Amino acid sequence: MKNRLIDIKNLVKHFDISGGLLEQMALRNGRIVRERTVVKAVNDVSLFIHPGETLSVVGESGCGKSTLARALLGLYPPDGGEIYYRDDRIDGLTQQQMLPYRAKMQMIFQDPYASLNPRMTVQQTLEEPIVFHNPSLSGSEVKERVAGIMKQVGVDPKWVDRYPHEFSGGQRQRISIARALMVDPEFVVADEPVSALDVSVQAQILNLLMDAQEQRGLTYMFITHDLSVVRHISSRVMVMYLGRVCELAPTANLFESPRHPYTRALLSAIPDLYDHRHKYIKLKGEVPTPIDLPPGCVFHGRCPHTNERCSREIPALNHQGQGVYVACHAIEEGRLK
Amino acid sequence: MNHLLEVKDLEVKFGLRMGDLTAINGVSFTLDRGERLGLVGESGAGKSVTGFAIINLISKPGYISGGSVIFDNRDLTRLTDEGMRHIRGNLISMIFQDPMMTLNPVLTIGTQMVETLQAHMDISRKNAEGIALKKLRKVHIPSPEKRLKQYPHEFSGGMRQRIVIAIALLTDPALVIADEPTTALDVTIQAEIMDLLLELCESEGTGLILITHDLAVVSQVTQKIAVMYAGKIVEAGQTEDIIDNPLHPYTQGLIKALPDGSNPGTRLNQIPGVMPSLIDIPPGCAFHPRCMIRGDICRRESPALREIYGYRSMVACHMLDAAEKQAGANVAK
Repeated sequence: MKNRLIDIKNLVKHFDISGGLLEQMALRNGRIVRERTVVKAVNDVSLFIHPGETLSVVGESGCGKSTLARALLGLYPPDGGEIYYRDDRIDGLTQQQMLPYRAKMQMIFQDPYASLNPRMTVQQTLEEPIVFHNPSLSGSEVKERVAGIMKQVGVDPKWVDRYPHEFSGGQRQRISIARALMVDPEFVVADEPVSALDVSVQAQILNLLMDAQEQRGLTYMFITHDLSVVRHISSRVMVMYLGRVCELAPTANLFESPRHPYTRALLSAIPDLYDHRHKYIKLKGEVPTPIDLPPGCVFHGRCPHTNERCSREIPALNHQGQGVYVACHAIEEGRLK
Repeated sequence: MNHLLEVKDLEVKFGLRMGDLTAINGVSFTLDRGERLGLVGESGAGKSVTGFAIINLISKPGYISGGSVIFDNRDLTRLTDEGMRHIRGNLISMIFQDPMMTLNPVLTIGTQMVETLQAHMDISRKNAEGIALKKLRKVHIPSPEKRLKQYPHEFSGGMRQRIVIAIALLTDPALVIADEPTTALDVTIQAEIMDLLLELCESEGTGLILITHDLAVVSQVTQKIAVMYAGKIVEAGQTEDIIDNPLHPYTQGLIKALPDGSNPGTRLNQIPGVMPSLIDIPPGCAFHPRCMIRGDICRRESPALREIYGYRSMVACHMLDAAEKQAGANVAK
């Protein structure tokens, strides 16, 4: 298990959304039965992350990418599978046992308007994590750390006593990044950190994230739906569809030769600035609901290369060499090259 | 030939207690029949306000304080509410970002479509339903007869936006204004919706103003692009000219800031700072505090949008003016 910072094995996360007892009651063939409604957000996902790399998780809304990240950080208790941080198993730990790992794993959220407490000044926001995790630090040391981090993320330290509403979206996102960096983490999960920002500000924040990675040797898990951003910043990419992994490959490899039919369709849909009217792969139908997952391969109903086996059997994520993993019967059987 | 739409020196202000704020400051452009224009800019550039101003839908405390919007030989800024009702939703339709907000959740799709038709023409419910079915087929909604009787929540996001497009096209408008129509949608659905919009505009000869922050999306759909910054158009021209050879430093910065896959892992070109708020737009050229090539004149005078010698695009930039004079002098020698 060397050289793996994070190792996830067969992670499962389901949400029971059936509500109260009365809401679960339904009439079937003249009988009242109790039915549960379960959203199967993440199903049997395995992955590992090397120290110092950026793994991007891509997929469309509802594919389970955010749930995966939150389960990994212990924000949701997983329903199955194992999570390792270096060699320690961290799923199922108590709050108290989890504390040392929380300082090493931090998260940056999408909406900097919602993720900062509006009633806390920048100073309070930034010192809270470090005072919590290092209670022995003196007041002046904490202040010094806050000022140092603010300088690093490009927010003027003289604004420490301001409140979040006094900052623009880009500045707020810098403050959320500063908050994540305060406790000197090794691993940062960034959940759509630039989707709420304008293009010119987006570039500023991406540069900041890349600089921080270089200076501190950070490992990132980057969750986004923006494939051009993914291509720019990540070392490996994992494509998810309906709670399952379709493909996991080194970035250049994935963009040059996508293998899984869903990855092909997804990449073809990116509008290209310089290629007007390029052709994209039209998928038939729509994404099924994660409440009622299709049997077999989750993508088979929309796949142009589907056969009878796809509707029956869930494809395994197979290693294809060169670090490329694909879950597709058509590729395994050689029907799709 | 007359233009389908001619926006001239349009000015929109918002009257606040602290005084009037200028949201749109002298925007001019034209659109011919069947032509497609992309209005591009970041949040706060005034692109949506421009869209609303065209159909005279600026709500209080905002008002159109100057300029004209000539559509079909009529100045829309001077029409009465009654006269405007004949144009809005009839000759000019608008498509918004979030289809769930546009559709009425308690009425079936059929009722909403029939209502729209009956508001603009004397038509029986039965005939109106016939037209509605035809339009739903045009936007590729499967089994439209069944779908007419369903409510918006029974559709997925992509389907809802298709229905909104079908409603916008019910009256065969000459112009459709689409304000960020795919921003709330996933990338595969975005590709489908943009493809559909393009297909319909081409087959029906409908003019389109596509308002978006996404240059890549615009480059797929429109023939012309106007780039807005702080309430003004800073560069306008043919799509391929703007994309391949941007002239204004802001347009150049916007395009360079996009990760294009050529140098993964390297620092992106960033434009320093942020778009100014309407409350304190810098004097002179509004872009000068963020500009890499600014000169003294940029702090004092606001540059006009004009043609630059040797190029096809219109640009508002003093520094290009200076470069042009230099080039002119060289030619004269």
